[in-house]
Amino acid sequence: MLLFLRTWQLGIKSLLLHPLRSLLTVLGIFIGVASVIWLLAIGEGISRKAQEQIEGLGANNVIVRSIKPPSEVTEGMRGPVPYGITRRDFEAITETVPTISRALPIRELRRRFSYSTRMVDGRLVGCTPEYAEVTKLEVARGRFLSDADVRDKQNHCVLASGTAERLFPFEDPVGRSIHIEEAYYVIVGVMKPRNPTAGIGGSLAAQDFANDVYIPISTLWSRIGDFIVTRRSGSFEGEIVELSQVTLRVDEVKNVLETSELIKQTLASRHRIEDWGITVPLELLEQARTTRLMFIIFMGLIAAISLVVGGIGIMNIMLATVTERTREIGIRRALGAKRRDIIRQFLVETVALSVVGGATGVLVGLTCRPVTGWVRYLVERLLPDVIEQLPEVIKTVEPSVVPWSIPLAFFISVTIGVVFGLYPAMRAAAMDPIEALRHE
Amino acid sequence: MKLAASVQQVTKEYVLDGETVRALRGVTLEVPEGDYVAVMGASGSGKSTLLNLLGCLDRPTSGKLLLGEDDVSQLSDDRLSEIRASRIGFIFQSYNLIPQLTVLENIQVPLYYQGRLTARERDRCHELAGMVGLADRLKHRPTQLSGGQQQRVAIARSLVNDPYFILADEPTGNLDSVTTEEILGLLDALNEAGKTIIMVTHEDDVGARAKRIIRLRDGNVLSDARQQQKRKAVIRH
Ligand SMILES: Nc1ncnc2c1ncn2[C@@H]1O[C@H](COP(=O)(O)OP(=O)(O)O)[C@@H](O)[C@H]1O
Ligand SMILES: [Mg+2]
Repeated sequence: MLLFLRTWQLGIKSLLLHPLRSLLTVLGIFIGVASVIWLLAIGEGISRKAQEQIEGLGANNVIVRSIKPPSEVTEGMRGPVPYGITRRDFEAITETVPTISRALPIRELRRRFSYSTRMVDGRLVGCTPEYAEVTKLEVARGRFLSDADVRDKQNHCVLASGTAERLFPFEDPVGRSIHIEEAYYVIVGVMKPRNPTAGIGGSLAAQDFANDVYIPISTLWSRIGDFIVTRRSGSFEGEIVELSQVTLRVDEVKNVLETSELIKQTLASRHRIEDWGITVPLELLEQARTTRLMFIIFMGLIAAISLVVGGIGIMNIMLATVTERTREIGIRRALGAKRRDIIRQFLVETVALSVVGGATGVLVGLTCRPVTGWVRYLVERLLPDVIEQLPEVIKTVEPSVVPWSIPLAFFISVTIGVVFGLYPAMRAAAMDPIEALRHE
Repeated sequence: MKLAASVQQVTKEYVLDGETVRALRGVTLEVPEGDYVAVMGASGSGKSTLLNLLGCLDRPTSGKLLLGEDDVSQLSDDRLSEIRASRIGFIFQSYNLIPQLTVLENIQVPLYYQGRLTARERDRCHELAGMVGLADRLKHRPTQLSGGQQQRVAIARSLVNDPYFILADEPTGNLDSVTTEEILGLLDALNEAGKTIIMVTHEDDVGARAKRIIRLRDGNVLSDARQQQKRKAVIRH
């Protein structure tokens, strides 16, 4: 034990004789290990975010959307072009697919809401009572839409927090009426504010709920109808859309893929053009898992390369050290060192170098999260334009250190020390003691 | 009388670029315990080769080499290392201390390779340092010492494993006459205390301090003579 300590003490002493050289050698392993941990942490952060988004969509859900067909397809058609999911599609799906336990129809329009002299431009959402639960919106005052509202096509509406604040800065909106397109709607409730988030309500794009107004979808259909006019480059263009989106819940996760297949077939048989799209979060989730695996393999490759480069650095230095210390090796051999004593001596030095590199690399790897925070803060401060253009994932990613990457990185660094230290050490041990003594 | 070493018909050949160099051509000699031998001869006569064989740094090409009871001409590399660690003391012309170690640590090196670095052995290292007059330099590094002081450390180191004999290859070759005298005085004292010493030198003055002079020429023993008495005075002129 004493001798063991002594070997280490000696090794470290020798390394400290050349502090700069040792530092530079350590740097290779240090960067390798730190980058393994960082890359994996960032990769994990991104894929976790993606998974959260997809899980937010609900693994049980299948989402069907209306898609405006490209103009080539509709060319030659006269008047307003009808497209997308229809009420009859909705019925066909809910009636023929038995594994669907709940269906949420949604129709969205951009409209102007006004109360006395105040106005807000926002999103008018026609929906059913389940909408609040599916989008995880909570009631602040009053209530959300009820089944009775939908059944009786009531002129009732619920305001999102932003709409409520802007239209009613001073008074309680519940019980008052707002004006939307030639009609008045009685406010029955106000929702709590909510950060714009992706993965909610069946959309992967981040949604801003602040300026919404919710009305029963039946009311929207009867009051406003399917025909919408949009102004585009001076001329008016009409569209006929019955449903913007339908979020369908499948009774059990194991039925999701089969059900989505059935829905696809149903819609395909009813539509001549591709004016609809389907999103199956479960499929996305599986894709995300594969992507994550690929990412880990890719990062592992990069890490392996950087560690090998670090290892070669160690080997290079150790070969130089061995040559430089030929005389010392001769002395030690003359004084009774066996070949394996010499091997051990030099191996201890490489392992010490790589352990120090590994340990500091792990420590710096652990600072990944705060450092990303600071970097983001700095970039936001100094280059706000650049930040604007970055994709959402990069703006919001929270790196999360993968626990197993720490022992792994450490283990690899020690292995690198042994593997790349072995050859120089063996060269040292193979020297003829007499020649080594004569060296210089 | 017990023999510290016995060399029987030893030859040593080196092959260099296809040519065979016969460094020793059949050397026979016996070194009894307590002897003080000076090996002399011209450069290239085989002195260092003989010393290296005695020091188990190399194996003879043919012949027998007995240290105590062991025939070392056939031993494995590891066994030779063990013998060097436990039975042989080396003193070199260029001191050969390890630069990153302190005086005390340098003295301890052979013990370290024997695996016996006990507290008692440590005390012994202190004693030896005191004996060579370096008790107050234990924490110094070789570069902080003069040549003579470094050679004293080497002498202390050669004694630490209580060896069969001390091998000294030109121990005073790098020293001035005053320090040479100091070192030779130390060796005299060791020999008087019973240590066997085999020393290579090409200086007659130095060789004259030994009890016995073996002269080599072209790998053969030219003469092997005991001196009647030690002629310490020779050093003076
Ligand atoms: N490693 C070696 N390889 C080849 N020849 C050697 C080697 N060592 C010594 N010799 C040769 O052996 C002879 C004796 O050398 P050495 O014992 O060093 O002589 P000395 O010490 O008396 O000067 C010389 O001719 C020398 O060139
Ligand atoms: Mg010589």
